[in-house]
Amino acid sequence: MSPTISVEMSQICKQFGKVAANDHVDFSANAGEIHALLGENGAGKSTMMCMLSGVYRPTSGTIRLFGHSVKIRSPKEAAQLGVGMVFQNFRLVQTLTASENIVLGEKSSFWRGAKWMKEKQEEIRGISEKFGLAFPVDRPIWQLSVGEQQRVEIVKTLYRGAGLIILDEPTSVLTPGEADQLFVTLEKLKAEGKTIILTTHKLKEVMAAADRISVMRKGRMIRTVDKSDTSERELAQIMVGKEISPPRAMAKREKGKSLLSVQHLDVYAEHGRKALDRLSLEVHQGEIVGVAGVAGNGQKELAEVLSGLLPWKQGRVVFNGQEMRTASVRHAIESGISHVPENRMKSGLAGSLGIVDNLLFKSYRTKERSWLGFLRIGRNRQWSQELVEQFDVKTPDLDTPVQQLSGGNQQKLLFAREINRQPLLMIAVHPTQGLDIGATEGVHRLLANLRDSGKSVLLISEDLDEVMQLSDRVLVIYNGAIIGEMSREEADRERIGQYMAGLHDGGEEAV
Amino acid sequence: MDMLIQIIVAAVGSGTPLLFATLGGILIERSGIIQLGAEGLMLMGAVVACMTYLNTGSLGLALLAVFAVSAILGVIHGFLTVTLISNQIVCGLAMTLFGAGLSAYLGKSYSGIPLPGSVPKWHMPGLENIPLIGDLFAHLDVLTWFSFLLVIVMHLFIHRTSWGLHLRAIGDNPPTADVMGIRVQAFRYGYIVVGSMLIGLAGADMLLVYSPTWTEGMTSGRGWIAVALIIFARWNPVRALVCAYFFGALDTIGFRFQLLGSHIPSYFLKMIPYIVTILVLMYLGWRNRNKPSGAPEALGIPYIREQRF
Amino acid sequence: MNKQPVTGEVPLNQGGASSSSRFIRLPYRLEYDPSKRVNVWWITIASVLLALIVCGIFIAANGMNPFPVYKKLLSGAFGSSFGLTETLVKSIPLLLCGLGVSIAYRISVWNIGAEGQFAAGAIAATAVTIYFPELPIYISIPLMMAFGVAAGAFWGLLTAIPRTYFQVNELITSLMLNYVALLALNYVVFGPWKDPKGFNFPGTPVFTASQSLPVLGDSRLHLGLAFAIIVVVLYAFTIKYTRWGYELRLIGANAEAAKNAGIRISRHIIIVMLISGGLAGLAGMSEVSGVTHRLMYGISPGYGYTAIIVAWLAKLNPVGLVVSSFLFGGLIVGGYSVQTLGLPSSISNMLQGAILFFLIAGDTIGKFRLKRND
Repeated sequence: MSPTISVEMSQICKQFGKVAANDHVDFSANAGEIHALLGENGAGKSTMMCMLSGVYRPTSGTIRLFGHSVKIRSPKEAAQLGVGMVFQNFRLVQTLTASENIVLGEKSSFWRGAKWMKEKQEEIRGISEKFGLAFPVDRPIWQLSVGEQQRVEIVKTLYRGAGLIILDEPTSVLTPGEADQLFVTLEKLKAEGKTIILTTHKLKEVMAAADRISVMRKGRMIRTVDKSDTSERELAQIMVGKEISPPRAMAKREKGKSLLSVQHLDVYAEHGRKALDRLSLEVHQGEIVGVAGVAGNGQKELAEVLSGLLPWKQGRVVFNGQEMRTASVRHAIESGISHVPENRMKSGLAGSLGIVDNLLFKSYRTKERSWLGFLRIGRNRQWSQELVEQFDVKTPDLDTPVQQLSGGNQQKLLFAREINRQPLLMIAVHPTQGLDIGATEGVHRLLANLRDSGKSVLLISEDLDEVMQLSDRVLVIYNGAIIGEMSREEADRERIGQYMAGLHDGGEEAV
Repeated sequence: MDMLIQIIVAAVGSGTPLLFATLGGILIERSGIIQLGAEGLMLMGAVVACMTYLNTGSLGLALLAVFAVSAILGVIHGFLTVTLISNQIVCGLAMTLFGAGLSAYLGKSYSGIPLPGSVPKWHMPGLENIPLIGDLFAHLDVLTWFSFLLVIVMHLFIHRTSWGLHLRAIGDNPPTADVMGIRVQAFRYGYIVVGSMLIGLAGADMLLVYSPTWTEGMTSGRGWIAVALIIFARWNPVRALVCAYFFGALDTIGFRFQLLGSHIPSYFLKMIPYIVTILVLMYLGWRNRNKPSGAPEALGIPYIREQRF
Repeated sequence: MNKQPVTGEVPLNQGGASSSSRFIRLPYRLEYDPSKRVNVWWITIASVLLALIVCGIFIAANGMNPFPVYKKLLSGAFGSSFGLTETLVKSIPLLLCGLGVSIAYRISVWNIGAEGQFAAGAIAATAVTIYFPELPIYISIPLMMAFGVAAGAFWGLLTAIPRTYFQVNELITSLMLNYVALLALNYVVFGPWKDPKGFNFPGTPVFTASQSLPVLGDSRLHLGLAFAIIVVVLYAFTIKYTRWGYELRLIGANAEAAKNAGIRISRHIIIVMLISGGLAGLAGMSEVSGVTHRLMYGISPGYGYTAIIVAWLAKLNPVGLVVSSFLFGGLIVGGYSVQTLGLPSSISNMLQGAILFFLIAGDTIGKFRLKRND
């Protein structure tokens, strides 16, 4: 008996402006199967699923759901058609209780007395018990663990009668134990004839949970395979692609002195979450150290600690022979650390101010830029003009608000500012995010030049190509700790990919 | 004992306008819009009530006019904050300044004229037989009874109805509410309008019950105290009742002190509500330094749908 | 100065930002485009004109023809040398208070307490005349200024401390303090400082010549104008040319980025509130010493509140502040002159509020474009 196809997406294209997020993608999933959609960040998996759940509309292509050709125009319509999606960032109202979140949006019955609520809670409890999705129904969401919140989201889709449940990176926020529990639940849902699609980039859980696996890369569908016909290693190869861009010809340099040494750093982020867990790393003079890893494994916090924004609980940070005792942005700036933050418009530039003001950000306290509390206006303008020319920032004039520049020019400006300070260490976080190819090239050249002039770069990026192309050494961060280290020669995609998924060389789980 | 009852009666009298304004503010802020225009809305409510009452002699028409005018002002506020996503803080300020100016302009010729009548009192049958508090309820007018009812209705509305659930959702997490099919913008408009009507009623109540002649700027900062009361009450209508009467009592305490033959100048006694407001806010800020304040999480953040099609 | 709007990933076809009702389908909708940049002068002018039209409707509703009223308003304020001088005199406290609130608004500290800070400055300056009546002019005037500025700054500090250390909304605090300061003012003028020879007039004894600011010729234009001009120049210079001004601009443009540049924001809030209050205090001092020559009941016709609109109309720009404080000074004077037509002077307050309404709408309306619903 051939399985019933519950969803069939054919020749789907999705354009965002000029960028093609999906390029003629075919995808189908059967009733009663767990289908994994595998791919790196930005491979187009989430975009595909958002089209299925009505968040986006495809530019072209057709979708068939449960045998009918459909147009899904809104999340509400998707729900009516039996599609439920659990987003990576949960769509839950923190202050409402679990059951209130589940019935939210329901228009029936204006009055919701104790009796009504009790009935609904019984109904919800019934669903949750049936599939082993236990959570306290009458507690507000903010009191629930992340795993429990996810269960609320799954029950929400079931409550709304979903036959197709999409989970977007479901384990990225779960502990291993919670993840195992989730897979048990998914098996139960499968047994009920539901279709489960989960998007992920973690090989191990794909092999553990999925029946079939579709692999996407750069907006295209590469291959769909049965689990029994494949292995983790093969999947890793398909996922990251075989073609490796030719390594940049860089002069081999002698390893310099140690510049930055971080030992056993413990950092707690908001709400007491442990973001860095005994993290240690070393950066030498004149090298680019790439930090690869899946988003949310402590990259942001690492950059913030080193640039003085976030205090640490335990551990030692030694920079340029001096121990840093407290987190101070000013001290970090003055001792030669430069920080290119993740979101340039949010924390790197002041959009409504002009070029000169944005270039002055970190150097306005120096003698060259100000004197007795007065800014050296003329000199600063000339200096800005030189920088703009040197870094080839395309701008009408020096007073143009930087929010009017293109992303690439904003990034050039930011680099101009940071490189001009002659920093000893540059921390660059996702420096090419959202840039086109030409601008990306430019940023890479700047980083390489910095290294060649004897400075150091800590490159934190989710783009594996970028990390491999530029780094002298590659570190892999996972769960707030560095779990893998490779020299440029040793680093290959497969190995990095496995570390990123939390696997050691042999395939066993790290930590 | 008599003294205590007198204080309670006075506290309820001066606390009721505060209560109405706080309830209206809670409704607006629960939907995620900062409401700082209460002072202006109250003044407009008072002056419109005064004008209509003096011209028509009908209390019902006066209240109707108050509702209509405040609703229009609410629509303006909604247009600016919801549709045009203007700065909500400055928008409230504009409402205050415009309300103060317009009410002074409109009310100039009505200044100091006593009202022809007062709001009827209503005795709940049987209540006056209860010792001690029975006497208290005998003094209550219809509007005060309405404020009691409103507290209960609002409490039930917020916590026991589907609309109340939607209200909490759009104030805390508008994107999620939108995904769940709740029309965030439309509801925000609605709550701003209804809330503004309640704040206008607060002004009318102040004029009709508390001090029955129009004087320019007669609310003297009570709108702002109501804004602070929203924070004290943690956006909860039942707590708003308690807080409003507490401030009502503070308001009358100066008067009481003078009756007792105190030699403290009345000016200092009149400062008490303002200073206590600041001190209580400071205390709350210190106590809740690591805790959520109870404010709707999306308060003050405009919501616009992303347009990616 | 706006908070960034939250955007949700929801398709528009469910009903866009404007067509919020499913029952009414409007032919056009407003579409928000954050990248669209409009900063045109005509929006400001249009705001003022629209406010005039709206208030004209209210005047007409009151049975008056609005055109002669506006004409009277204009000629009263700017039509004669007396009117012009009066307008200048009124614009001095507006300019000083407007500068004070502008510097606070630059870093998004919503000080609306200029009225109270003004009163505090006036009281403190008068205290000098009460307790040290016999000082020579070159001591008493600087001393009055110092007291006025210090008192205003202290009043500002009372707002800044709850804000920085107790997370108390500065709007409420500064407004509550306005009432406290005004009650204190009423207390002294009705009570201990009341002029015994004043026929029960609520005011202090009239200042001596050595307690009064020098005036220009025999006009009412006093030295406070010089203070105001000096402060405007200082403000413009500080914001543009100094390190500290640069830090303020940075905080105002992007507080998050300012933190990344190593700027401690809470310290700046305190300093800015001290200055903001101090300037309003100076305004209070120059008003008692230069214009009324005594502290009296109702000394301010709402200068502190008008200053908020002055600042907003000027978009915190120093030249704009000079222009808008002059205009609003004229509005106050014109407001008095329309009283001869039998209209209340509060007409100017109404106009002020209406102008602010249209100004804030104008701030964001440029970011929308009108699109046809299809």
